[in-house]
Amino acid sequence: MDRTPVADADVCIVGAGPAGGLVAHRLAESGATVVVLEAGPRFDGDRREQLEQHIRPGLDGPWEMGGPRDAFSSTGESFYPLNAARVKGVGGSTLHWQGMVMRLHERDFELDTRHGVGADWPVGYDDLRPYYAAAEREFGVAGAADNPYAPPRDEPYPLPAFRPSHSDSIFAEACERLGIDMHSVGNARNSEPYDDRSPCVGYGTCKPVCPSGAKYTAESHVEKAEAAGARVIDRARVRRLEHDEAGERVVAAAYTTPGGETHRQEATQFVLACGGVENVRLLLLSDSDRYPDGLANSSGAVGRYFMDHLFAGMGGRLDRPTRQNHVGFNTSECHQFYDDADPVNGLKLEFLNYAGPSPVIDALHADTWGDDLLDQLDESYGTHVSMGALVEQLPREDNYVGLDRETTDDLGDPVPEIHWSVDEQTDAALSRANEIQARVLDELGVEDRWTVGPDETGPAYHHMGTTRMGDDPESSVVDAECRAHDLDNLWISGSSVFPTGGAMNPTLTIAALSLRLAESLRAELE
Amino acid sequence: MRLTRRDALAVLAGLGVTGGAVSLTQFDPPTADSTGNEGGSTGEDGAGGDDTPPTAVRDTMVAAAEAVYPSAAEGVSEFVEAYVVGRARDDSRRAAMVDAATELDDVARDWEGAAFADLPAADRDRLLRELGVDAADPIPDGTLSERLRFHVVNELLYAFYASPTGGRLVGIENPIGHPGGAESYRRATMDEPETTDSGGETDG
Ligand SMILES: Cc1cc2nc3c(=O)[nH]c(=O)nc-3n(C[C@H](O)[C@H](O)[C@H](O)COP(=O)(O)OP(=O)(O)OC[C@H]3O[C@@H](n4cnc5c(N)ncnc54)[C@H](O)[C@@H]3O)c2cc1C
Ligand code: SF4
Repeated sequence: MDRTPVADADVCIVGAGPAGGLVAHRLAESGATVVVLEAGPRFDGDRREQLEQHIRPGLDGPWEMGGPRDAFSSTGESFYPLNAARVKGVGGSTLHWQGMVMRLHERDFELDTRHGVGADWPVGYDDLRPYYAAAEREFGVAGAADNPYAPPRDEPYPLPAFRPSHSDSIFAEACERLGIDMHSVGNARNSEPYDDRSPCVGYGTCKPVCPSGAKYTAESHVEKAEAAGARVIDRARVRRLEHDEAGERVVAAAYTTPGGETHRQEATQFVLACGGVENVRLLLLSDSDRYPDGLANSSGAVGRYFMDHLFAGMGGRLDRPTRQNHVGFNTSECHQFYDDADPVNGLKLEFLNYAGPSPVIDALHADTWGDDLLDQLDESYGTHVSMGALVEQLPREDNYVGLDRETTDDLGDPVPEIHWSVDEQTDAALSRANEIQARVLDELGVEDRWTVGPDETGPAYHHMGTTRMGDDPESSVVDAECRAHDLDNLWISGSSVFPTGGAMNPTLTIAALSLRLAESLRAELE
Repeated sequence: MRLTRRDALAVLAGLGVTGGAVSLTQFDPPTADSTGNEGGSTGEDGAGGDDTPPTAVRDTMVAAAEAVYPSAAEGVSEFVEAYVVGRARDDSRRAAMVDAATELDDVARDWEGAAFADLPAADRDRLLRELGVDAADPIPDGTLSERLRFHVVNELLYAFYASPTGGRLVGIENPIGHPGGAESYRRATMDEPETTDSGGETDG
């Protein structure tokens, strides 16, 4: 395949996840000459191969992550499992994602003003509201307007919500007695055919792979961008952005292809959409005499304020069938406690439809077979329930993504360093989530309990905050349009621009910001 | 509970093995045995030169399934033959599966003096355990026991527990890996199995 640069490109986009794919599609549709450089491959074989790779032990992981290309260092108090937390390929991390999508709440945009913590965004919920609606149409979100805690919306979801599971109905009994409200959850997953993709057929393996195509992946928008004329070059690893003499504009992205050739893609405008870790790495790798601390970094904020959402969970067993693991997604959540002031960290609760083990996966790992195995599976499957929660982590300067200059990847470039820890305030919010979960499970009479709380918690794989958005060039990296303060033609798309992260899964907000960015950038091209 | 070809096809469809129906029509009673032990005469391939694995391999796989499936399973041979024939249409699997099954059969002949398929079920179970297959990690190109675990035991367990009928035995009619629709998760109990009989009767 031809991986040479495109002549006379208007826009060069680095990264083909949702943040890059949506911008590419919108701009290509408007007639711009668009080129997308994507470090990973196209996974265009039969998705059921990845299904088997996921289910059967002994095969490589479905998305080929974790080789020398993906080396990283984790140096903070808490280990950060970066390669479980992203995918490189056309479609980006949405190849693997779960696909729950919801809007941030109004308070998320003004945490400093309201509560004196974190930072305000330079945009508010009302600014993003039409873009949220557009993002829901792009993803084909299945949802219902039954959530009394959600921010205001003007239009129905594009697709009807998935109806509550049997296990939701078990939780509902307890929640009703406790005054805890359950409601539907937005799913970027077809409850009906949509956008030429199949409805959900119940493979049950959404994370990491949906063989039917019911789960949205950004491959959709990359394909649409290509149909509109964009050129997408896969396995093109951008290693450096070059700027002009004055340091005002980016002039080229230097990338290396599998054969080892290095090319320069020139363009009028550049969009960085590599995810919250690689966006930083590329800016830092692009240091120069003019910008010794890295590109777009006169504020010193590039890489700082790294945030993720933290998981809190609790589960156990009941004395009746709970019907888990038929599908791989959730149908109910509770956002009732999200806006509470104490603790101020946002928190949302999830009622899982995939609690406990799946018999087929257990069988393949068992050390016996025949009737023995059947007895084991009878014992292990059937009566589990569990609740999850996501908890907000506030931005802190000492949680950062940097470069580990001692360690290099297979091209000889310094790898990303993740320096991350979980502070006491986040721990308190995790404990609060556990408290609510315990009330529900107590009410249900759940036994054999397990808990994931402050001591066991881990990240939800949402990389936020590292190129924060703000009005002040002294303290932020991009402006409200997601354009770098320092360079006129450099835009950053993705959750790295979030000044705070709320406790909602980030990708609908990423999509809304990307659509907004595309509009501003298009105006610039005219 | 009775396994059927249809169950096997359902698992194969989940795996993206296409042409399942075609492979079944190709799966006529074989005319030869690749090992030559029974005097087969039409060459290597039991079903006449297509992708179908040799009879001895299919017999070995059925015999292994009888050892690793729960004793309540009926219809094992029809199910496994359909599955193995379909699976062997995947070029990346056929040779390794045939090799592993053939090696298992060779070990049985060396150690027990009989084809694996001719051993009593308890002896097949014992032989697999003596080979360490129960504790082995499934590794497609590993040691003999690792390969047996991957290409024989886990291939068969996957076929069984990812099928609706096998899943039912442990309480899930729509197991992971099976595209059994977006309704079963809402039901309080397993629905009754669809039947292939024209009457389609259920007992409630
Ligand atoms: C297991 C898991 C579950 C998740 N579940 C959810 C969920 O339920 N809901 C939700 O909202 N979010 C979820 N997420 C997060 C979601 O996947 C991300 O928020 C989203 O994919 C980010 O989009 P992006 O385009 O910014 O980055 P990505 O999707 O990560 O894409 C970035 C792309 O850039 C490419 N790239 C990186 N560096 C370079 C370079 N130097 N040159 C060229 N290309 C480069 C990468 O190869 C990659 O393809 C989940 C993530 C994971 C891992
Ligand atoms: S359950 Fe998940 S993996 Fe299966 S079809 Fe539905 S969305 Fe896809």
